[in-house]
Amino acid sequence: MANPTTLELAIRKAREKKDILLMTHIVLGYPNFDDSLRVVEDMVKAGVDLMELQIPFSEPMADGPVILKANSEALKAGATVEKSFAAAERINREFDIPFLFMTYYNILFCYGVDEFVSRCKSAGITGCIVPDLPPAEGQQYLDAMHAAEISPVHIFTPKTPESRMRHLSDNSTGMIYCVARKGVTGKDTAFSDDLSQYLQLCRRSTDLPLGVGFGVKSREDIDFLRGKVDIAVVGSETIRVMEQDGVGAVKGFIETLVA
Amino acid sequence: MKNSGYYSQFGGAYIPEILVPTFDELESAYLAAREDESFWQEYKDLMSTYSCRATPITRLDNLTEQLGGANIYVKREDLNHTGAHKANNVMGQGLLTRRMGKKRVIAETGAGQHGVATATMAAKFGFDCTIYMGAHDVARQRPNVFWMEQMGATVVAVTEGSQTLKDAINEAFRDWVSNMDDTHYVLGTACGPHPFPEMVSWFQSIIGIESREQMLARTGKLPERIYACVGGGSNAMGIFGGFLEDKNVELVGVEAGGRGRGRGQHAARLAYDDATIGVAQGYKTYFLQDNDGQMQDTHSVSAGLDYVGVSPILSHMHETKEVRFEAASDTEVVEAMQRTVRNEGLIPALESSHAFAQAYKEAPDMSSDEDILINMSGRADKDIFTVADAVHDPKWQQFIIDKAEAYRAEMQNG
Repeated sequence: MANPTTLELAIRKAREKKDILLMTHIVLGYPNFDDSLRVVEDMVKAGVDLMELQIPFSEPMADGPVILKANSEALKAGATVEKSFAAAERINREFDIPFLFMTYYNILFCYGVDEFVSRCKSAGITGCIVPDLPPAEGQQYLDAMHAAEISPVHIFTPKTPESRMRHLSDNSTGMIYCVARKGVTGKDTAFSDDLSQYLQLCRRSTDLPLGVGFGVKSREDIDFLRGKVDIAVVGSETIRVMEQDGVGAVKGFIETLVA
Repeated sequence: MKNSGYYSQFGGAYIPEILVPTFDELESAYLAAREDESFWQEYKDLMSTYSCRATPITRLDNLTEQLGGANIYVKREDLNHTGAHKANNVMGQGLLTRRMGKKRVIAETGAGQHGVATATMAAKFGFDCTIYMGAHDVARQRPNVFWMEQMGATVVAVTEGSQTLKDAINEAFRDWVSNMDDTHYVLGTACGPHPFPEMVSWFQSIIGIESREQMLARTGKLPERIYACVGGGSNAMGIFGGFLEDKNVELVGVEAGGRGRGRGQHAARLAYDDATIGVAQGYKTYFLQDNDGQMQDTHSVSAGLDYVGVSPILSHMHETKEVRFEAASDTEVVEAMQRTVRNEGLIPALESSHAFAQAYKEAPDMSSDEDILINMSGRADKDIFTVADAVHDPKWQQFIIDKAEAYRAEMQNG
C-alpha cells in the first residue's frame, strides 16, 4: 500500500481529537457562487471537518430529487466547470479543512482527465468522488490521481460483495464512502442492525477511513455511527435546510449535529 | 464486472457501484440465453404467435415508377403487435426477465411506443410495470399514456431536466438502484451500459435475418442499399444486423435533421458535426453536449428520434464507415410520410419517415437493376395527434374542439 495521502493524514489527525467527523456536501453554484462560499464559511465555522463540493452535471444519475434539483438550478444560473474550479481554489485558500470534488465522469472526460486532475491539484483539492466511474473504466483517472497524490475515493454499497470491496479499496486512497442503503441520495435510511453488520463488513474490507452517507440527517443518526466509522456524511439534508429556511439557517443546523 | 462491451472506443459500463452486481447478473443471463439455442427458438415462436413475425416485405410499385430509379422495398415492422419494432426487444427482454425470476419491469419512454410495448409485455407475462416518461412527452402523447394505464402500468411523469427521454432514462435508473432485487430495467434501445447495446441489437437482429432471406427469395439478390432511421439506433442495428458480412450492401442511417444544423435545432449526432464524444447515461458515445459536457436540448418533429446520444455500436460503425449517416429535416420527413400514405397506402411513423425521405432523395439516381430496402420501424396511425399537428389538418382541429366542448358540457351537467 502506498503512503497515506494528504486526505488520509488529515482525517486521521482530526480523529485524534474527535470520535466521529462530520462531512457535508454542497453543489457549487447553487443557488449561486456567492451563497456557495457563504455556506462553506458557515459550515467550517460550525465545526464541519471535511466537505464535498459537487461540480454540477446535467445528468446526475445517482442523485435524488434534492441534489438533482440543485444541479439543474446551478446550471440554469450559469455554473460552469471553470467557475467551479475558481470557487474551489478560493475556498481552499480561505479554509483549512480538506475539500473533495464530487462529480460525474463526463465532466472529467470533456475537460480532459489529466488536465482535470492537475487543476484539482492546483486548486488544493484532496480527493474526488466520481460515482459513475468504476475502477475498470477509470485507469487513466486512477493513474493521474495517484501521480498527483489526490485521493480517488470509491463507494461501498450493501450490495457489494467482500471481494469487490477489497478491489475497490485497492484502487482508493484517503477514505472509502459507504452508502448506507440502496437507492439515491436524500431518502430516509433505517439505522438498524443490518446497517451495523454491513458496516462491520466494510470495516473488515479496508484499512482506509470510512465515511457513511445517504440518509444521515440528525444527531441521532450520527450517534448511531459513532464508534463504527470515522466520518458521517450529511448531504441532501443541509441543502434541504437551506431551501426551507435560507442560507443563514445552515450554520444553526450544523451546530445541532456537532454539539 | 469485466471491462467489456467496447466497440473501438465507444460503449463500456459507467454505472453506479450499487448496480454492479445487477449488471453482472444481467450479463450472465444474456450470455446464457445466447448460448442456449432453445432460447432463440422460444423467442421466434413467441414473436410468430403473439406478434406478426415474420413481417412481410412490400414493394412500393407506384413510388418506384414515379421516382424512376431503384426498386423500393419496405420491411414492415409496423405490422408488429403495438405497431413498431419495439415489440421485438421488449418480448426478448420479457423472456429474460422471467428467466432471472424477476417480477417487476420498469422502462423509459419518449414518444410512448416503448412504454406501450413494455406495458403489453408486462400484462402478458404478469409483471408489475412502471413506465417513466418526461412530463413534456406525457403532455403530447396522451393516447399512449392511456393504453399503458389500461394495461395496468403506472406511468410516472418525470418533471426533472428537459422532461424528455434522457430524463426518463435517468429516472428509471434511480428506480433501479432502489429496486434491483425484483426489478428488471427494460431499456428500449441499443444504448446505455453494456450489455444493453449488444443485447438489444441481438433481439432486433431478427429484422435483418428475416429481411436477408426475404430479399434473396424475392429478387434473387441482396439489395444495394438499406435505409433505417436512427434515434437510439435499435431498429437500424436490427435491420443492419442481417447484412454486416455483405460488403456490397450499403447501410444508411438517417437521423433527425430537425430545423437544420446548429445546436438545439436537431438530434443528428453523427450526420452533423455538432456532437462530441462523452460519457453519460452509463456509456460512451457521441452526445449533443456543450464544451463542459452538459447535455443540450434537441429537436425533432418525431419524439422517438429526439435523443442526445446514439448507440455506441453505431458510433463505431460511423467511424469505420460501415454505415453512412444522413439527416432528414422535419419538412422533408412530413412530406415523405404524406407521399407514402397517398401513393402506397402505407402509414409510416414520423420516425420511420426519416428513412423514407432519404431513400426517396437517392432512389432516382440509381438504376432500375438496383434495389433498396427501407425499414418501416413503426406505423403512424396510433400517433394521430402528433401527425395531425404535423400536417396542420383543420378538420382534425375542429374535431378536437367539438370533442372538448362535448366533454365540457358533459362535466357541467354532472
